[in-house]
Amino acid sequence: MDRPFETEAHDIRAAAVTPILQPGPLFWPLTLFLSLIVLAGAVAMFQQLMFGLGVTGLNNRVSWGFYITDMVFFIGLSYGGAVTSAILRLTNAPWRAPMVRLAEATALVTLLIGSLFPIIDLGRPDRMLNLLLHGQVGSPVLWDVVAINTYMVATVIFLFLPLIPDMAICRDHLGPAAGRLRKLLYDRLSLGWRGTPGEKNILERNMTVVAVVIIPLAVSVHSVLAWLFGMTVRPGWNSTIYAPYFVVGALFSGVAAVIVIIAAFRQAYHLEAFITEQHFKYLANMLLALGMAYGYFLFAEVLTEGYKMEGVSMGEGSGSLLQEMLLGRYALLFWGFVAGGLVIPIALTSLPLTRNVPGIVIAATLVVVAMWVKRFLIVVPAMATPLMPMDWGAYWPSRVEIAITLAAVAAVPLMLMLFFRIFPILSIYEMEEFAEHEELETGPEASGVAAW
Amino acid sequence: MAVSRRDLLKGLGGVAALLLAGAVGIGRFPLSLAGGQTSHKKADRQWGMVVDLRRCDGCKECTGACQVTHYLTNDQEWIKVYEVETENGGTVFMPRPCMHCEEAPCLKVCPVRATYKSDEGVILIDQDLCIGCRICMAACPYDARYFNWWDPPKPPEPFDNPMPEFPVPQQRGTVGKCVLCVHYTAEGRLPACVEACRMDAIYIADLTTGVMTNRSGETYQLRQYLQENDAFRYKEELNTSPRVWYVTGHGQSLDRKNQG
Repeated sequence: MDRPFETEAHDIRAAAVTPILQPGPLFWPLTLFLSLIVLAGAVAMFQQLMFGLGVTGLNNRVSWGFYITDMVFFIGLSYGGAVTSAILRLTNAPWRAPMVRLAEATALVTLLIGSLFPIIDLGRPDRMLNLLLHGQVGSPVLWDVVAINTYMVATVIFLFLPLIPDMAICRDHLGPAAGRLRKLLYDRLSLGWRGTPGEKNILERNMTVVAVVIIPLAVSVHSVLAWLFGMTVRPGWNSTIYAPYFVVGALFSGVAAVIVIIAAFRQAYHLEAFITEQHFKYLANMLLALGMAYGYFLFAEVLTEGYKMEGVSMGEGSGSLLQEMLLGRYALLFWGFVAGGLVIPIALTSLPLTRNVPGIVIAATLVVVAMWVKRFLIVVPAMATPLMPMDWGAYWPSRVEIAITLAAVAAVPLMLMLFFRIFPILSIYEMEEFAEHEELETGPEASGVAAW
Repeated sequence: MAVSRRDLLKGLGGVAALLLAGAVGIGRFPLSLAGGQTSHKKADRQWGMVVDLRRCDGCKECTGACQVTHYLTNDQEWIKVYEVETENGGTVFMPRPCMHCEEAPCLKVCPVRATYKSDEGVILIDQDLCIGCRICMAACPYDARYFNWWDPPKPPEPFDNPMPEFPVPQQRGTVGKCVLCVHYTAEGRLPACVEACRMDAIYIADLTTGVMTNRSGETYQLRQYLQENDAFRYKEELNTSPRVWYVTGHGQSLDRKNQG
């Protein structure tokens, strides 16, 4: 049985700061490559600012497309941090310790990127402040602004609290190799931490409070994102199931994203001694449970819509939204999602033959991609559905939209790579705390997965 | 711990003062809970429209006149003429302006109160406020809203002072729609589409006096006309209470193509 926590203290510390001191030969080429993709997105963004949203494939029928899809997708990914960290903290699962830093950093990075998309999608981003100056509380857009910003503050605090003692360790133990700027940063961010029992007590209490607070915040963010759609009478969006449906979808994609990110950084920085196959199996259990929950929601949605023939289209020669989704113009994407996002990942994470690191990582990667497709299927077909007696609307993304979307995808690993050049990739404090406690003897199973 | 009566009163006074200050503060803070800005006073005129589908021949001159008046591109059909197939294979034409709903879904969802209802019950957009989030376009059940994806055409000199009542020129990155030509009705003129309708199919109506009239000056008592001609409002079941009524008559054939 794996005993990931029986490693020596100096091993944890050495591994945690490896990315800071020795990022490896691939670091700079990869950084350059990802930066170029982000740069291409910035050029596209500049073009859009110059000429207006006309440079996108959007039109008066389908006026929301890639950007709104990206917003829901990236903010959904940021849920991984909230679950793997906050929920596992509250259920007191000791196995979480080696991966919380990676999960929380992923949450922050994807949230920062996702929260840019509502702004990118605005026709007049220069008037963003009107949301505060002329805000109308009854608008779902304003709910989003409030919820996303609150959640962002909570995510930063949640990431920062366990970083304080780690910053003190870096301050005290990292040699001159870390450089003067980093040392200065460590000194400031450690807030004079000395590691007294009193300090630890305060930190623990606050971490629990933030963990408790961040869960309803995370739920609220994706609920109001759902209500951006659910408050309209469009076929497909005119649904009462949307808020919990979105929350579960976000958790599902978020856990998948955490698995992919953890696997990549574990491989790159040789963290196999700390993040073991057992961790992936626990995460796979979560992925499996959430995947089945999401499939259940999807089934409930399709059945209730189909039974009542809701959303019957008025256009000639075209069926209802549901018909087009299951058998018509969106069928390939829809069944692609069902296969790639639900059936195959559920099989990979449950069959003994594939319940290993490669199998689980493939499943998670499929889920991440498929959940982007699912968000596209939520946004675009409902927009293209004719509300008036006419044919279906058409939408094809422009190069600008594709470039900006790819830039956002590249920005996730890029920002994480840069983040771990400054901050330890493992939560040293939490891992050492667990290593000290004897409750560890009971092994990971005792408190971990039972809650799931 | 004993609390004296005096301290208690002091404390309660302090709490009351705080609450009052908070209430005043919220009152001053420009956030509205009422779901969009709605004028409470009612003007002398309450505008609406009646469209006689028996007469419309689908010439789309209403659309053209609107686009000329407001300097719109061809894809901006503030009044759009739909072709509706009927059961026996014929076609009915249906002009759709903004419905100027009493319970407008677009008004509720606007995050910056750029969309509002005027004293005359007309839904207008302050394009100086609009941030271009387009949730109003998602919320409108009638597809009546249009986004300015590119720089709109530049009108000649005299029209360089856009206002919600006469939004010319349009602003790039904001949403536009039918304004029921309130800049014309204010001068006693008919809206551009009514003026342009050769078939006399479009009537402007005033709900206050209960009168409706068209380009040729055919004038009717609104309530009586709506009742006698079995007028209906589009998507009545959504409870948006549109201010546009359609007339299909008493079951006589509407099929333009079949009539020849």
